[in-house]
Amino acid sequence: MRRRLLLSSSFRLICRVAVYSAILVLVTLLSVVLWLAMERLTLQFFQRGFSLIPDRAGIKAGIWGSFWLISLTAIFSLPVGIGAAVYLEEYASDTRLTRLIKVNLSNLAGVPSIVYGMLGLTVFVRMFGMFGRGIQLNLLSGWLVVPLPFGKSVIAGALTMSLLILPVVIITTQEALRAVPGTIRTASLALGATRWQTIWSQILPASLPGITTGAILAISRAIGETAPLIMVGAVTYCRICPGGIESVQTLLTDPQRVLAAPFDKYTAMPISIYGWITSGPPFMSVAAAGIVVLLFVLTCFNGIAVYIRQRARNKLKW
Amino acid sequence: MKPSVPAFLRKGRTRKGSDKPHEKAIGFLLLLCALVSVGTTISIILVLVNDGIFNFVGEKAFFQQVSLKQFLFDSKWLPDSPEPRFGIWPLVNGTFMVSGIACMIGVPLGLCSAVYLSEYAGPAERSVLKPVLELLAGVPTVVYGYFGLVFVTPYVLKPLFETLLGFEVDTFNVASGGIVVGIMVTPMVASMSEDVLRSVPRSLRDASYALGGTQFDVSMRVVVPAALSGILASVLLAFARAIGETMAVTIACGTFRRIGVNPFESMQTMTGFIVDASFGEDDAQGIVVKSAFAVALSLFLITLTINVISQMILRRYREVYE
Repeated sequence: MRRRLLLSSSFRLICRVAVYSAILVLVTLLSVVLWLAMERLTLQFFQRGFSLIPDRAGIKAGIWGSFWLISLTAIFSLPVGIGAAVYLEEYASDTRLTRLIKVNLSNLAGVPSIVYGMLGLTVFVRMFGMFGRGIQLNLLSGWLVVPLPFGKSVIAGALTMSLLILPVVIITTQEALRAVPGTIRTASLALGATRWQTIWSQILPASLPGITTGAILAISRAIGETAPLIMVGAVTYCRICPGGIESVQTLLTDPQRVLAAPFDKYTAMPISIYGWITSGPPFMSVAAAGIVVLLFVLTCFNGIAVYIRQRARNKLKW
Repeated sequence: MKPSVPAFLRKGRTRKGSDKPHEKAIGFLLLLCALVSVGTTISIILVLVNDGIFNFVGEKAFFQQVSLKQFLFDSKWLPDSPEPRFGIWPLVNGTFMVSGIACMIGVPLGLCSAVYLSEYAGPAERSVLKPVLELLAGVPTVVYGYFGLVFVTPYVLKPLFETLLGFEVDTFNVASGGIVVGIMVTPMVASMSEDVLRSVPRSLRDASYALGGTQFDVSMRVVVPAALSGILASVLLAFARAIGETMAVTIACGTFRRIGVNPFESMQTMTGFIVDASFGEDDAQGIVVKSAFAVALSLFLITLTINVISQMILRRYREVYE
């Protein structure tokens, strides 16, 4: 009996060591990166673009590139993803098509991100080589030139990224919708609301915290994703910000530049970091500084997600 | 799972045709959204086939220029040399070395963490551990690659294996890549396995305790065997994830293509080659880029097979307990 108890407690210890070693790794990783980044994390680091001299390298272009990339990704993927989840949970009956969509979804979530990069390269960047020139749209504020194929522009990257995070958005939204108690649906329908009225004014508001949390987590995955961006041509050695917008003021006051930005060349935070890592030892501290900025942004996003989840949990008790 | 609502209320609760026209339009629009995911799969396959097997548009595909026999049976991968050779095995070798090492680290760590979280940890400890694991899962892969390059190789592998045991450790090596990918899949294995462990009915645990089992007996002899197929599925998914992992291995494992089992040498993986082939390529033409599509096609097929198998296992498992 004593031997069995000893075995039991030592096994418990092993499991505990396993969990805490994972935490230890996280702490080590963070401290190594912080330690290396120390000397570079100055205000200037945020005001400079790419440079071949480590002292002059900065992440400004990366931040603005990521800003555009992620905003467009959110605009493309969230409505489609939430719409798809609503269809699957609230509309679809168990037909062959529905089952196909569901099986397909779980397979898509397992496709390596680099394969999405190949997809983006062919479909969005080169468009199978089918178009020669762009089209011009006459807008009130002037001409908007839409290059076709998109080339290595922000919009090609954002479309690729949208497809990449779409399965994540759909699956998390489905879970949020499932968590809404059926009584709410029944009550709404019993009061004479139509199906869409029920969804729009009852189910979506009730599941909003869950959907938001999932959306934020999906977006934060997109922020750190590197491989597909390399494929669709985010440029490492890029010092310009998309559309030449370098301050919030320009962003709000210059619509012409805002319209041009999605079709501009770009770099992104993880791409800049990768560029520095491959530039050799003198750039290692620069890369570390970039990583600190990236992790800080990710932590903010995750923090917001956790906050929303906690608040919803305290507020809503079904 | 679904809340307890009568089936006739959840699905098809309104008679066919009773939706108003604009409601029908909304339903159709939502269906289109759902079909985007199917469209994505179809385009992935089309793109890989178009540049890999058979060209619908554009230049000749890879396998129209290189025979499948060479692809599968040649032992060298030299796409950019004057006399190019296209044997996939060196890349496959690198990929499986990395994912093998990753699983040797990630699976035990992840499983023990899962057992601890589901069987041992109290609610307070869980509420701390779970977010930390989520945080670990949220670290971008490029950061793991950096960690492998600047920490794991010089401060873990070199002192341990070079100074102490006398192996020669290269700056870029498979082991460091494998280790960081292993750390990366740990939270994934942990959270998925924990879900299956927790879905094992309470009655099984109670019965085992009632028969005088220790905590070890209950968790390892009853709960884990009961959840074994689900655990297996999570391990397979982690393996597929490790195979498809790109940035960490590109950064940490180097670019040498070879067949071998020495973990302290540099080896290029399939994903590493794809990045290598397309990076800096301005007009994506030529056999090197085409070969990247062929490698991507192989990668897609390998991960798809593993994913399908693990889903089959999961589906069978669900039938047992629900």
